[in-house]
Amino acid sequence: MAPFDIQTPSRRAFLTGGAGLVIGVTLPLKGRAQSGAESVLGAAAGGETTFAPNAFIRISPDNLVTVLIKHIEFGQGPWTGLSTLVADEMDADWSQIRAEHAPADASLYANAAFGPIQGTGGSTAMAVSYELMRKAGAAARAMLVAAAAETWDVPASEITISKGVLSHAASSRSGNFGEFAEAAATQTPPAEPTLKTPDQFVYIGKDVPKLDTGLKSTGEAVFTLDIYRDDMMTVVVEHPKKFGATVASFDDAEARRVPRVKDIKQISSGVAVFAENTYAALKARKALRVEWNESGAEQHSSDAIAQERQETAKSRGAIAGENGSIDEGLNAATTTHEAEYVFPYLVHAPMEPLDAVIERHEDGGVEVWMGSQIQTGDQQAIAQVCGLEPAQVRINTMLAGGSFGRRAQPTSQFAQEAAEVFMAAGGQTPVKLMWTREDDIQGGFYRPLTVHRLRGGLDDAGDIVAWEQTIAGQSFLAGSAFEGLIQNGVDATMVEGASVIPYAVPNFNTSVHIVNNPVTTLWWRSVGHTHTGYAVETFIDELLEKGGKDAVEGRLALMEDHQRLAGTLQKAADMASWGRAAPDGHAFGVAAVESFRSYVAQIAEVSIENGTPKVHNVWCAVDCGVAVNPEVIRAQMEGGIGYGLSAILFNELTLGDDGAVMQSNFHDYRSLRIGEMPSVSVEIIQSTEAPTGVGEPGVPPIGPAVANAVRRLTGETPRQLPMIKALQA
Amino acid sequence: MSTTFNVNDEEKTVDVDPDTPLLWVLRDDLRLTGTKFGCGIAQCGACTVHVNGQPRRSCVTPVSSIEGQNVTTIEGLSGPEADAVREAWAEFDTPQCGYCQSGQVMTATALLARNSKPSDEDIDNALNGNICRCATYVRIRKAVKAAGEAMEG
Repeated sequence: MAPFDIQTPSRRAFLTGGAGLVIGVTLPLKGRAQSGAESVLGAAAGGETTFAPNAFIRISPDNLVTVLIKHIEFGQGPWTGLSTLVADEMDADWSQIRAEHAPADASLYANAAFGPIQGTGGSTAMAVSYELMRKAGAAARAMLVAAAAETWDVPASEITISKGVLSHAASSRSGNFGEFAEAAATQTPPAEPTLKTPDQFVYIGKDVPKLDTGLKSTGEAVFTLDIYRDDMMTVVVEHPKKFGATVASFDDAEARRVPRVKDIKQISSGVAVFAENTYAALKARKALRVEWNESGAEQHSSDAIAQERQETAKSRGAIAGENGSIDEGLNAATTTHEAEYVFPYLVHAPMEPLDAVIERHEDGGVEVWMGSQIQTGDQQAIAQVCGLEPAQVRINTMLAGGSFGRRAQPTSQFAQEAAEVFMAAGGQTPVKLMWTREDDIQGGFYRPLTVHRLRGGLDDAGDIVAWEQTIAGQSFLAGSAFEGLIQNGVDATMVEGASVIPYAVPNFNTSVHIVNNPVTTLWWRSVGHTHTGYAVETFIDELLEKGGKDAVEGRLALMEDHQRLAGTLQKAADMASWGRAAPDGHAFGVAAVESFRSYVAQIAEVSIENGTPKVHNVWCAVDCGVAVNPEVIRAQMEGGIGYGLSAILFNELTLGDDGAVMQSNFHDYRSLRIGEMPSVSVEIIQSTEAPTGVGEPGVPPIGPAVANAVRRLTGETPRQLPMIKALQA
Repeated sequence: MSTTFNVNDEEKTVDVDPDTPLLWVLRDDLRLTGTKFGCGIAQCGACTVHVNGQPRRSCVTPVSSIEGQNVTTIEGLSGPEADAVREAWAEFDTPQCGYCQSGQVMTATALLARNSKPSDEDIDNALNGNICRCATYVRIRKAVKAAGEAMEG
């Protein structure tokens, strides 16, 4: 089940108490003043009249259309994607479109898949915005047309718009949006704006230049780290090396001697160093001597944690998916096959480590700059630490240097740390809290270490008659705002992709054990699918091989109820000319995974060089419904493949025998580099289904596709990840 | 202690700890924030600037070591190679999150200045020190190649 899917039972359960989540597209001016968002949506600077037909669009007299984006932009494309929807329905000219992040205000900008919470995740941005943003654009268009009709004294039905120009052919009159902005603001928003039919689309499904490319090629794009406020202090925090350790005592005498250090204070997560500039803060932190209380800390190695989970996974857990009778199926099988997989802790390692700036306002509230991914939670956490109401915390959501899940914290731990350092310094002086790469690698919130055990049974004909899968790992949702995703001992984010598999098996059982420990964990790009996709897709490949069946044909024969996924698999097979012999020393591997209601199949061409898989080519087919921005979709597939490949080939975060983290930076937590990136071909399945996301779904198939190729080369599926560990052991 | 050097053709004097990495002088003191912090140990390339025309990791370059030298940052990057790179970056919509892209553009520009017809292998070798966690590598490769071809044209 996709946790944030609009149709799943788990989501309905999750929405309990979310009565206020209905999003009004058209927000009349009066309503806006009451919403508290008038500071954003009211008159533009300099007293110019701005047409703000709803919470998502502003039109200024200089004819610019600014689209307020309720989802954070960190490369996955919502600035361009959501603006495309508005521009299309408005019939705007693309060159007049600008995007900026919406303010933190869940009453206006909640994510319909999350309930009354503003946030980004689960590859939901396009799915939840497709109608909403189109309606916003259509409403603005209708109001502009009404204004022109009134001004020109002609019937609205005779007015056309093309590329941002309103025209009345019969009277040869025309004007742009800016000219009618003021008059449009006095029109009544339509209750139910008329949307285009797909044949009328001018931008949706075609490629438009991304709105943020220019800024990001010149150094002009402003990230949180680039925010400097008057008298601002830079802050770094010394954190424990073991999870759950707390500060026992510290000696800051030497640290305080570093010039330009302003103060040193203990906070709940460690010891904070305040300085006039970054280097002084870093230098002083190195000079700190902190004694840690480790009585409640994780003191086991990651090997020991893995072994415990391996033991746990030997018995069935809470049932996540079931049909037929697994015991009868296994008993009746003429051949059985077993496999155990160990997936390590993984770090997200976005290029920009976590950071935030907080400043006090004259009205007593605070202003925050951060790459906030769950604005509502971060706002509440900061308000609580600062003793404010959430509405007094103004968050400027910043362009962020990647996230891959890291900035979406159900517990808002980083926002809380930022607020704590701000208050520890007196709550008046602006602070910038920055994490270094070492803080990032060692700071927890990892993809959970997860173990899978699988047993499969084949009959005489080589058909699969039984499939048993047991998962043991951590749940990061307990105690968070997303706790509703845990039902009857099953955390939906741990079993997605395994509780339902795309292959018809008469006797099926998937179960899960939640085994928690002090190591903090979090969703990591594609969440449960990072491990379930690998386990399911390598195991099915092995079972098909044992049953004497082709990896593509064998899958397709079992996918009757999963036709969209089957469509991508067939397409990828066509792209790769599946069935041909691989070049000498190379092999092909295939995998297909549905995640977040998008469907992706990939075929990888792999060789082994110096004990490491070398991936030469990847053919990728994706079905994500209506392809709003085809180039963004292709780029997300390419990026998902690279991100997944980095992890599956190289990455594991380990704890040593005493529980301390062993890695610290990119020298020992290696990232994929350009020379390791395969050539990638992407094809998008033409579809009229509602659009779904692409930020995550490109990731899950690449690992198993490569693994299945590796098995053809070496005879073994890598089951202890990363692959270099298995291949070089 | 003060250090004087040229940044983007302007002479600058800063009074900072001589150990201070050039990166933090550019950002904290000169407010040239296009140059990014990614690792602090010359592993990721996000902090790449040019010193006397050559790519340099500013996060491990003490400011005292560049006394009297010429530093170019992304803000001051210009010339035919830079123009070609930026045009190609737009053509392929290369950036995703964008955080590493200043470093990628600085390295790519320096590559084209010495080799305007780089092969895929040349590109991979030159840019192997620049990590992109979004893995925009496919487009970087295409864009650098296209930029070289556009300059030739």
